[in-house]
Order: sequence, then structure tokens, then C-alpha cells
Amino acid sequence: IDLTSHIIKVYLTLKVENLGTSPASEVHLAFSPAEAEHLAIVKAAATSGKRKKKTYIPLDVKSAELPDGPNGTKFFTVTLLTPLNKGETATLEVLYILTHSLEPFPVEITQSESQLVYFRDSAILLSPYHVKEQTTFIKTPSTRVESFTVVDPAKRAGTELKYGPYEDQPPYSYSPVLVHFENNNPFAVVEELEREIEISHWGNVQVTERYRLVHAGARHKGAFSRVEYQTRPDATGVSSFKHLLAKLPPRVHSVYYRDEIGNVSTSNLRTDYRKSELEFQPRYPLFGGWKSTFVIGYGLPLQDFLFESPDGRRYLNFTFGCPLTQTVVDKLILKVVLPEGSKDPTAVIPFQVDQHLEIKYSYLDVIGRTVVVLEKSNVVPEHNVPFQVYYTFNPIFMLAEPLMLSIAIFLFFVASVSYLHADLSIRK
Amino acid sequence: MAASSKPGSPRPPPSSSSSMAQDLFNNFSFSKTLKLKTKQQELLIRVTVLTLIYILAFITRLFSVLRYESMIHEFDPYFNYRTTLYLTKNGFAEFWNWFDSESWYPLGRIIGGTLYPGLMLTAAALYWVLRFLRFAVHIREVCVLTAPFFASNTTLVAYFFGKEIWDSGAGIVAAALIAICPGYISRSVAGSYDNEGVAIFALLLTFYLFVKAVNTGSLAWALASAFGYFYMVSAWGGYVFIINLVPLYVLVLLVTGRYSLRLYVAYNCMYVVGMLLAMQIRFVGFQHVQSGEHMAAMGVFFLLQVFFFLDWVRHLLSDAKLFEAFLRITVTGAVSVGAIALGVGTASGYISPWTGRFYSLLDPTYAKDHIPIIASVSEHQPTAWSSFMFDFHILLILFPAGLYFCFKRLSDATIFIVMYGLTSMYFAGVMVRLILVATPAVCLISAIAVSATVKNLTRLVRSQSQAVQSGSSKGASTAKSSSKGVIDNSQPFQRNGAILLLLGAFYLLTRYAIHCTWVTSEAYSSPSIVLAARGAHGNRVIFDDYREAYFWLRQNTPPDAKVMSWWDYGYQITAMGNRTVIVDNNTWNNTHIATVGRAMSSYEDEAYEIMRSLDVDYVLVVFGGVTGYSSDDINKFLWMVRIGGGVFPVIKEPDYLVNGEYRVDKGAAPKMLNCLMYKLSYYRFGELTTEYGKPPGFDRARGVEIGNKDIKLEYLEEAFTTQNWIVRIYKVKPPKNRW
Repeated sequence: IDLTSHIIKVYLTLKVENLGTSPASEVHLAFSPAEAEHLAIVKAAATSGKRKKKTYIPLDVKSAELPDGPNGTKFFTVTLLTPLNKGETATLEVLYILTHSLEPFPVEITQSESQLVYFRDSAILLSPYHVKEQTTFIKTPSTRVESFTVVDPAKRAGTELKYGPYEDQPPYSYSPVLVHFENNNPFAVVEELEREIEISHWGNVQVTERYRLVHAGARHKGAFSRVEYQTRPDATGVSSFKHLLAKLPPRVHSVYYRDEIGNVSTSNLRTDYRKSELEFQPRYPLFGGWKSTFVIGYGLPLQDFLFESPDGRRYLNFTFGCPLTQTVVDKLILKVVLPEGSKDPTAVIPFQVDQHLEIKYSYLDVIGRTVVVLEKSNVVPEHNVPFQVYYTFNPIFMLAEPLMLSIAIFLFFVASVSYLHADLSIRK
Repeated sequence: MAASSKPGSPRPPPSSSSSMAQDLFNNFSFSKTLKLKTKQQELLIRVTVLTLIYILAFITRLFSVLRYESMIHEFDPYFNYRTTLYLTKNGFAEFWNWFDSESWYPLGRIIGGTLYPGLMLTAAALYWVLRFLRFAVHIREVCVLTAPFFASNTTLVAYFFGKEIWDSGAGIVAAALIAICPGYISRSVAGSYDNEGVAIFALLLTFYLFVKAVNTGSLAWALASAFGYFYMVSAWGGYVFIINLVPLYVLVLLVTGRYSLRLYVAYNCMYVVGMLLAMQIRFVGFQHVQSGEHMAAMGVFFLLQVFFFLDWVRHLLSDAKLFEAFLRITVTGAVSVGAIALGVGTASGYISPWTGRFYSLLDPTYAKDHIPIIASVSEHQPTAWSSFMFDFHILLILFPAGLYFCFKRLSDATIFIVMYGLTSMYFAGVMVRLILVATPAVCLISAIAVSATVKNLTRLVRSQSQAVQSGSSKGASTAKSSSKGVIDNSQPFQRNGAILLLLGAFYLLTRYAIHCTWVTSEAYSSPSIVLAARGAHGNRVIFDDYREAYFWLRQNTPPDAKVMSWWDYGYQITAMGNRTVIVDNNTWNNTHIATVGRAMSSYEDEAYEIMRSLDVDYVLVVFGGVTGYSSDDINKFLWMVRIGGGVFPVIKEPDYLVNGEYRVDKGAAPKMLNCLMYKLSYYRFGELTTEYGKPPGFDRARGVEIGNKDIKLEYLEEAFTTQNWIVRIYKVKPPKNRW
């Protein structure tokens, strides 16, 4: 269990053996209700080979219902590549990510204190199966651990806590542990992120991202002293953050960073041929509980993202998720604004999202543009995977707007000419 | 002949002269190929030049957008922006009935009844039209560009006005001059979303339409001018200038014996319809019949009726003696009735006396003695000679010359422009901000000077050169080209002198254009929200502290928090911080402002009582000691003391001064060193070293080491201080539990 940031990563290495008689093709993973609520993603992979030559084959993970689970336990099912026959074993690597699972305590801290958090889990893996042997390692960001529940055998060395090995636990055993430790990493949470990707067939993809950022760590209490913050940056406001980093696609251009009341001048863009990095500062350093809203926008060359599929449809290939590093997005709304006149949009995403369509009116639109809206809650950096939106589009629509403009100007000139030549006076 | 008409017509400022030359060139080729008629050629040139001036007026105002960003400037524009936003979101009815509880806490403000809605409605209308045409613009962009757009329109009005009072050449010169005149640009750069932006357009339009109405005697033009007046009333309080200048003008025409039926029709229609329309604006209401400032117009209205009546009687009576007797009776009767009506009206309170602002316009020393709140605003100070030079440049010299030409060719129209020029110049001298009102008049009169001079000179040059090379008239188009072909001349000195003078005029106008561009880019394009300075290596350093603080307020304070600050920042806090303020720039309640002034200048415990009674949650002060920003609250502090002391005699100005001197260092008055404003500004400042080689707590704005470095706050705590310390926000602690 990796607790170094506020996004908790849990790596499970499972060695499963089929003790039953019939071949088993599925392995169930169990999560307690609290975990299930904060679960962002579950990934599983089958491993084969030894140490360095380990290969990972991603496996299918689905949420499932099991009748015999104790109160409120949620299940996920991992489908194995090949069913396990009796007595066979397989090694699985499971990664799941929890968000909002570190509870700051004390809840409010002053500027000079550092942030302490609670982490609750079970020393023993919750599982519908009989567990023969299990060890839990917990990695903390610093050596400062205030307290931890001792479930023998447990020991602490440096930044690592070791629980176990525990042997022969019955199904659904649970042994709560509580770790109280220091975590001064930025608890940057985007409460809502709205990404709008607007495709123009004139060669540009315009991305606008509206953030509502909050520091979700321990709340700031008492005064904020600028003297302290300026003169002793190491000792004060350690849990606050003022820099954010956004990873943008390469060949990004016309990047802007602003908020409701205007442009924010503190940002820095680095570009190279593989990626672009936008380093920026909110208007003020964010302490616990402080909020900030801002907008980042940029343009991208169309040919990098828009392709034509073999059946003649066009598709946009873009990255899902939030470009900010090390942030959790509570609610992500992704809008793909297709050009005016495009039809039959379908989105292909590797995981479950809510979808619906909208109409948006932009410059010189008559019938409006179709907008594919994708919504997903609890998004972590692991969700930054490509997705596709397919649609059909007739290039003749590209000419509609220039034509409208030219006709308007032409009519204006005609009107001027006729005005100059006409005699409108009543008297002769 | 297109070519020959050119030197007489206007030379727009050299910044556009290259394109102008190109147009001329185009025109030559055009005229050769298309064989346009002279009239058409002239029209083409005029339209092209006007279009160029129109565009120039717009783009020269975009410096602020290029240098900074598309944002609203200064203080009042933020209120206008906020109301426009409200208008576009909630519609007109809501806007008109809007009671704003976010300002003047706990009193609130009836927005619909206390503002001039013209600007907001204009911007909203532009926004709705653009939206309808499917231009997906943001309302902010519309607001930012409203002033430049109207400045462009003003150039067109100036052209027509100049054409009306002199000729089309003067019109074009006037349009060119006003397009880049710094006096006007100062209030109409992109982002300066203030009433004046549209009001100058409305003012000039009303005047133009009125002069047109007087010249033609047409009811339609008079009606149009009434509507222009209505627009002006809806846009700016400066309409009082129109309603006093126009009657004055009519009076002067009457006295000089220029009375005509045209004048009668124009004034009556304009006054009656304009007055009725103006009453529709809630903020103005019945002032046209009830306020002392508007009585002159009404008096002249009645006087005009008497005049007309007398004219009619004279027409009926053939006997001169009889008429004289009748005249005497009528005039005495009318005057006494008018005087009695005015006296009774004033005594009974039906007619309100002149307001302080009006007095302070007529008498520059009035505000200083009686209304500190007006005197405390820097733009209400009497104008320094240098700022005339700065804002008008060569127009200051051309203005008297133009007056000379006007007097030489006196007509109803020129009398008007002369009066407009002289009165507005007086007001410009009284208050800095009224340079703006004088600018159109100065431009028009100067344009007459330029146009008339250049026309006379070119006529001289042309008549000579035509005599020499009679055939090719086109070669004589400019003074330069013609100067080569001439050898023999009857009056060589005159001709060469004319050429020299033309070149001189050209040089002057070039200087003017350069000056205007420089002023616009350097002096008038700063938004004053964002401060820019040059760093040690010549790089541009931006201090964005205001927005940092306002955005912090917006995001991290409870939505119903009340913020106390000096009134200057009220509009910005409500617009950008979205929080309730105690006082703001609409200084309608002097007592309330004095209460804030009193709190700022009291000791902390006394101030705490006042702040508790006002429900204040946060106190915001502006402090320039770290950056050397001089227009901060410590430098404004004496005005707080004065305004506070004006209402609450507990606050005495001498308590804060040492031997009549205002200082913040060790030698400062003890009350000064311990008052709330001092404490809030310098809290923990004593620990900070601002400049190398100076002791800690060195105030860079005033260049001294502060006198009280050990400041303890008992009832407040520092809530936020911006990066460069320009804005400091303190939280008022809740009262302690007593037991």
C-alpha cells in the first residue's frame, strides 16, 4: 500500500490456487463499503515469468455481485486468461487506487504545523477465499509516523510498516488498523473539471479546461502570515502548495491560463517534441480548505488527433482524464464539440462513463454543433488513456460559414451602391 | 478634381498618412481606368479617409489590450461591468428593480434608481445583437470594446459636425484630430468601461443635431437632437452641461439679434421632448422641473415664448411707440413673474438649490472648503497647466487660431462652437476630468484652424502653379510635386512662404500624432489593477496583487462576509471579490463613509466597536511599503481623517500630524502610530527587510523607517497578504466569551 501521496495505490500480488473440483475462470476481489466508495480504478494483470522477464497481460475486471458477502461488501471479478483446473495456480497483479481515504487529524492546522493524516485499512486482506499466507507493506511518505495499530506480527522500519505474515485466515476476516502519519504532499483535488474539446476542420482542436480546485487536506486555521511564508518557506505552510503541473500534448499552441477576473500571469510553458509541460501557480498559495478556480485553454494541430477510419468516418483520438499531475478529479465532464453538420457520434472509452448529447452554438452557427458529453466521477491519473469519438462529417459544411460572411459583405456593398444611386428625397 | 481637393482637405495624422498616400495613389489609377467623375472621386476619398480614421480611432485604443489583457480598468468601470453582467443575466426588468444588498451594508443600494443606465443598456444591446448574429462573444469583451467603438462613432459625428459648422474639409480634420486626441483617449481606451465612453459620443451627437436643427429649422432634426439628449441623460450626469449650454447659446443668439423661427422651432422641440424623455430615467426623474441646475433651460424656454409673442405683436402693431410701451409692460411682467415663481419655488423647497458638485464646478475653491469627499478625488482637482499640454498638445495653440476663424465667419453654428469651446475650457480648468468635455470642442475649433489655413495656403500654391503648367492639373496635386516645375513666378516669396508654412503645418501635425500615440501607449493604457514595473534587468515585472486579493476573497471567505475598506476599492471588491462592502465609489452617504474613516483612524479597541456595529468580517487595506506603490491607504489616510472628522468631531486632524507635517517614522504623532490604519498597514512589517542596506521595516513608498515596529493586534488577525504586500486582509475576530 503506497501512501506517499493523497492518491493511495494498492498493489496486490495474488497467488491463487484452485482447490475446487471444477475449473475456475474467475477470481473475485472483495472491498469493504468504505473502500468501494473511494475506489477509483481496479486493474488486474496476469504475470508470468520470473523477476526481470516478467510479462504482464492485462485482464478484464468487472464489478460483480456475490450473494454470500457480509454487509455491504462489493466485489470485482477478474476473468482469467485460461480457466484454472484443480490444483493449478496463477499469479495475478492487481492494482487499485483509492482516493479521499486519508483523513486529516487534527482536522485544522495552523500555518506552522505539518499535516497528519489517518489511514484506515485492514491488516488482513478482505477476500472471499481462504488466505493461506499474507503480508501487508505500508509505505509512508516520511519517517514520521505518530502511531499505528499493532496486529502481531507488525513492525516498522524507516518509511515502511510491515504487517504479517498472517497465515490461514478464513474468508472475510477483517482486522482494522489505523495508521497516523505525516503527509505533506499537496492534497490537490479538482472538485469539478470540465474539458471542452472543440474540433474545427480548419485545422485546430481547441481545448478549454475549467477547474475547480481545492486543497482537501487539513483545514487552515488562524492567521496566514506572509512574513513567515516568505522568510521561512521550509518551516511554514509545508502542506500548502503553490505550483501545479499540467502535462499537455506536444505541439500545443496559444496556451492561456485565466480565471473569472482575468489572466493569471504566473505560468510557464515548456515544450519539446514529445510533450509539453505547463507549470503554473494559482493566484495565491493554497492552504488546507482554500479553493481556486481557473481555466486553461490551448490549441492543438488537428492532424495529430483527428483521423479517418477505414469506413470513411472520422474519429478523434484524445486522452481522457485530467492533465494535472497527482490530482484527483471528483467529477470530470468531458465535452467533445463536433463541427457543425456532423452526424452519428459514438464514443469509445475503455471504461464506464455516463454519456449524453448536447447542442452548442458557437460563432456563426445556425443549426448548432453536436456535443458529446462524457461524465465520470473519481478520476485519477491512471484514467489518462486514449478514447475515440467517431462521427461522420461532410466537408462541404466547412464552407458554410465563410460563404455566409462573404454574402453578408456582398449585400452590404450592394446596399451601399444602391443607396448612392438612388434618390430617396420626396421633393423633386 | 480629386487630387487638387486633397491638400485643402485634411491631412489625417501621419500615422495613417502612408496608407492615405496609398489610397491617393489607388485613386489615381482608379480615376484613370474608371474615369470617375470629380464628385465621385471626392466622395471616394472622403469615405476612404473617414473609414481609415474610424479604424484608427478604434485600434489606437487597443494599446491596453496589447500591453496587458482584455480587462476592465480602474474603479467605476467595475461597477458598470457588474451591473451589465446582471443585466444580461437577469433581463431589463430585474435590472431596473435591482436592490443591491452587496454594497453599502447595511443600507443597501437601489441600483436601478441610482445609476445612469445608458452605458449598460448599450453594451447589453451590443451583446444581444452580436449573440443574435451568432458571434459567441463574452460580455466582458463587449464591455471592454464599447468605449473604443463609441470613440470611432464620435469621429463620424465630429466629421458631420465639422461639416455643418465649416466645411467637409474641416470635418475630416476634426475627425482625425479627435480620433487620437489624448484628452479623449484617457477615458476611452479599451477596458475603460465608463459612462464617459458613450457620453462624449452622445454629447457631441446632441450638439451636432441641435446645430443642424438651428441651421435648418427642421422639426425632424430637433426631434433627433431631443433623442440624442435623451441618450446623453441616460448615460452620464454630464448632461447638465447640455441643458445649461444650449439655453445659454439661445440667450446669446437672442441678445445678438440672431433670433429666428428656426431657433424657436429647434429649441422648443428639443427642450420639451428632451425633458419629457429625460424624466423617464429614474435617477433623473423630475429634476428638470425641480432642480436649480435645470432652471436656466426653463427660463429660456419661457423667454423664447415671450420673444415670439412680442414678435407677433410687433407684426400686428404698426405703431412703434405703442409697441415700445407694450414691450416694456410685457418684459417687466414676464421677468417679475419668472422671478416670483423662482423665489416661491426655492423658498417652498419645490425647486432644490444647486448641489455641491455644481457649485464646485463654478467655483473651484468651493469643494475644498465644504465637501472633502469631492476634493479627495484626484480627478476633481483643478487642472495643472502641464496636463492641458499633455492632453491637447498643439491643439492648445490651434484653438485660439480656430476661434479667430470662427469670429471671422460668424454664423449661428460657429457661435455655438465658440461658446461650447469657451465654457468647456473653463470647466476643464476647474476639474481635470472635464478636459474630456472640452476635447471635442477643442478638436473642432482646431480643425477649423487647420483646414482654413491649409486651404488658403494650397489655394495660393495652386493658383500659381496652375498658371505655369496649365495642362497637367494632376501634377499639381501636392505642394511638393508642384514646387519643382515652377521657375518663373510673379510672387516667389508668397509661394515659397506658403510651401514653407504647409510643411510647417505638416510637421506640427506629425508631432501631434507622435505625441498622441506616445501618450496613449505610455500613460493612458494602464488598467491600474495590474501594476507593471521594470525589473533590475529591464524585464517587465507585473504586480497582480489586487486580483490576487480579490480572488482570494471570492474563493476563501464565506459568501456573506462583509468587507470594510476605504471606499475607493468598494466597486472592485464587489465586482471581483463578489463580497459585500460597507462603502463603495458611489459616495452617496457621507456619514457612512465617515464612519469607516473614523474606524480607520481610531485606536484598535474603539475601531473594534465600530466594526462590530457594522458587522464587519474582514478589513482590507492597501499598502505600498514593500513595492514603493505610492497611492496606498497610508497616503490617503489624511482624507479618511478629514472625512471622518467632518462628521465625528472626535477625530481631529492635528492629532495625526506633527507640526503640520504628516509622517510615519519615529517622529510621528502617537495617535498616528497606534491608529487602526497604521497598525493594519505595518503589521509585522518591522520584521521585513525591503531594501538592501536599509534597516528592517523600511517603507519604500515614503522612504522612511517606520516608527512602530512592534505592532500587536488584539481584535483582528491577518487573514491574507498578497505576494507583494500591496493588499492586506484582516479578519475581525469574534467577540471573546465573557466567562
